[in-house]
Amino acid sequence: MPACYCSTTESNQLEKILLEMQHITKRFPGVVALHDVNLQIVEGEIHAIVGENGAGKSTLMNILSGIYPSGTYEGTIQLEGETCAFHTIKESERQGIIIIHQELALVPYLTIGENMFLGNERGSYFSIDWDETYAKADKQLKIVGLEESSRVQIKDLGIGKQQLVEIAKALAKNVKILILDEPTASLNDSDARKLLDLLFEFKKKGVTSILISHKLNEVSYVADRITVIRDGEVITTLDKQKHTFSENEIIKAMVGRSLTNRFPKRTSNIGPVSFEVKNWTVNHPIYEGRRICENISFNLRKGEVVGISGLMGAGRTELAMSIFGHSYGQFVEGKTFINGKEVVLNTIKSAIDHKIAYVTEDRKGNGLILNNPIIENTTLSHLKAVSRHQVIDTDLEYQEAKRISDTLKTKCSSVRDEVNNLSGGNQQKVLIGKWIFAEPEILLLDEPTRGIDVGAKYEIYCIINQLVAEGKSVLIISSELPEILGICDRIYVMNEGRIVGEMLQEEATQEAIMQCIMQSHKGANLN
Amino acid sequence: MHHAVSQRSEPKLTKSGNIKNILKKNSMLIALLSTMLLFQILISSRGIGSLFAPANISNLISQNAYVVILASGMLLCILTGGNIDLSVGSIVALVGAVAGTLIVNLHMNIFVSIIICLLVGLAIGAWQGFWIAYVRIPPFIVTLAGMLLWRGVALLILNGLTISPFPANYQKYFTSFLPANASSEIVFTVTLIVGILICLVYLVYTFFDRYKKTKKGYTVESLPSVIIRLILICSAALFVFSLLGRHKGIPVVLILLAAIVLFYSYFTSRTVPGRHLYSLGGNEKATKLSGINTNRVLFFAYANMGFLSAVAALVCVARFNSATPSAGDSYELDAIGSCFIGGASAYGGTGTIGGAVIGAIFMGVMNNGMSILGIDSNWQKAVKGTVLLAAVVFDVLSKKRVKAN
Repeated sequence: MPACYCSTTESNQLEKILLEMQHITKRFPGVVALHDVNLQIVEGEIHAIVGENGAGKSTLMNILSGIYPSGTYEGTIQLEGETCAFHTIKESERQGIIIIHQELALVPYLTIGENMFLGNERGSYFSIDWDETYAKADKQLKIVGLEESSRVQIKDLGIGKQQLVEIAKALAKNVKILILDEPTASLNDSDARKLLDLLFEFKKKGVTSILISHKLNEVSYVADRITVIRDGEVITTLDKQKHTFSENEIIKAMVGRSLTNRFPKRTSNIGPVSFEVKNWTVNHPIYEGRRICENISFNLRKGEVVGISGLMGAGRTELAMSIFGHSYGQFVEGKTFINGKEVVLNTIKSAIDHKIAYVTEDRKGNGLILNNPIIENTTLSHLKAVSRHQVIDTDLEYQEAKRISDTLKTKCSSVRDEVNNLSGGNQQKVLIGKWIFAEPEILLLDEPTRGIDVGAKYEIYCIINQLVAEGKSVLIISSELPEILGICDRIYVMNEGRIVGEMLQEEATQEAIMQCIMQSHKGANLN
Repeated sequence: MHHAVSQRSEPKLTKSGNIKNILKKNSMLIALLSTMLLFQILISSRGIGSLFAPANISNLISQNAYVVILASGMLLCILTGGNIDLSVGSIVALVGAVAGTLIVNLHMNIFVSIIICLLVGLAIGAWQGFWIAYVRIPPFIVTLAGMLLWRGVALLILNGLTISPFPANYQKYFTSFLPANASSEIVFTVTLIVGILICLVYLVYTFFDRYKKTKKGYTVESLPSVIIRLILICSAALFVFSLLGRHKGIPVVLILLAAIVLFYSYFTSRTVPGRHLYSLGGNEKATKLSGINTNRVLFFAYANMGFLSAVAALVCVARFNSATPSAGDSYELDAIGSCFIGGASAYGGTGTIGGAVIGAIFMGVMNNGMSILGIDSNWQKAVKGTVLLAAVVFDVLSKKRVKAN
């Protein structure tokens, strides 16, 4: 049991515990996402939950808000002393628990007012009272300090204002606990500051907030207490009244885990530079002038595994995809060199022809054709290896797919199996196999072990070792620090579209990487 | 006899999934055969002839030639992601009008006219393909616009009138029979010999392919199932050819159909661009990231549809011996229906030419059978609509079950 939080306030009154989550355990197939988590929220506080990507923060909040219905997890939730079992978001909202997700859930072509009362329309079922809708909406907007008419369409608002609309919408629902998931992730400094100050306003009015964030400076600024979650367990809860927050302490709690023998050994045999990117700059595909990657330079050597570490949204995937035949964003400037010679990779085909492969992080959305067999997925990007004059030799294709699938030890009854029916780990192997079949020299692996179990991860690491042993260059994008530290020879740290650090394996630690990221955060200007 | 059959199938029954798979794979074929049987029973029990009368089979082929041609093209469009082409009926009318003007009114050389007609179809397809593939206007909208536009152009060309008749030396390329001008005995013998030759070619090809595979050490299908399939297919072919032989011989249009079906079947199943059609429909983003120009694939599918619409138009004007403003009315729906009945997915990515052909025959048999039975044409439409819905519902539900597993 965690320590008792019945600490006294300055006026020596006993704090009232509003919400208590007890012994929460949540399992996904093959993974324990949360293990015996206890969390207490005191009425009227701002409680921050911090942790690495995949630590279990969002899972915990999804349980609280009923997205994972009662019964799919173990443990109890008590709100004001009463046990709750939420089955839907509606049920938790009725109790005053409102979650605002990182991806905003607003309908762009409806007005602020329409969005605010969506599913909760004013007036009667067959006759909406628009006057009341807009009058009330305007009132809510005033509370969050948004100076817009509620008749403005959402699409005409910036992302910061949209965030405020979401909050105003939550307030319209008689909120007791407001959960904000990375609310400042896409905001600029002044908007972020405004939003954080808004939380203080709510606190004065008695609203309790739970804030999920990566940005430690913001968390230290706004939170009364901070709970650190790591690998599905609560590590510690820090209280502002007991001691001032130290970012170092928080970072240590976030990442401090022992590296066990989860990575196969490799003797590196690093050769000359094989691939180099210089001054790579890319804009957002839709919003002109919004920089996603800014002036990025890096290189890969033969037989080397290089990692790019960073938080979600740092621009790592965008970087890799824009290099892979400009498949993301608007190219602004930058040069690519293979073995010292400049190459232009402006189409995906040219990238593949120059023996570059990009293994996507989103294997279901961008990588595999789920209702096709393993064979067809394996050969798709390199059909010319199994065809002559545009005619496919299906027998040869079968043999080749089988060869790849055997070397990667993909578990399937036959390579004619649809990819749909495979486990995540085996789907990942099919995806990697597809690109190995394309015979690349430079592999860009984006989150190659996302969502697969420890055993399959180990096998993927072995495949990576095999690839570099053959003299290929591998770039790995991963949000898991231990993975980056465990398999990479060299590490680049990326944050907010820029490379903010480079370190060799020997000098890299989780703390050093985190430090690198945190120090480079533009974040809210709180001074 | 019965005993022997059950014994032979026993080792297979232990793999009951295998038989289930075969049945499931050929469910539309089985449905087609049962429907034919049903009509045959209904027709012969009333004593009003037979579905399998030689003249009727021959008629069935020339009546439905256009559906098979259009369905082959439509399948490619549907494969790219459930996209349909609504304009094919209007293109048939327009190309028919062009053919009538060139051949009948202007007395142009027939081959030159045919080539011009095909180019017109291809150009229309390319026009629509451009908007769909490169500007990414939804196919539904582009082809709906085409449906109105090309019909209008056809009306303008014809000025609301019908052009007829077509010269015999044009019609002979689409409506005549082989062998021509021969006695009924010779017709029957020649037709049957052609049927036997086709079966022999198929037989030799099957075993040659099998021999090649075993030599290279590839896995091959079990011998009994190959033999059973051979026997079934050859006897069906011989049956049809013997019926044709008793009527007038082999319809020329059947040769055209066979060429189109074989070509597109090979194209979709064995070639690189064919494979790209399936992968585009299965997952466009993944296909793009595999270095495939998905715009070009989409463009090709619609350009090809325009071309095949022109082919269908040439067949139709020959059959009706006229180019009329209302030609091709609702042909697009026949083609779309055939593909979906034949098992193409409404979301793209799955479907075969063989399936589309079975779907086309299915629709043809229903039309033909109900007409022989004297069912009111309004009722015929209602029945066809119900069957189409049932086929797609079946497809969607069977996919859901797979996902649930």
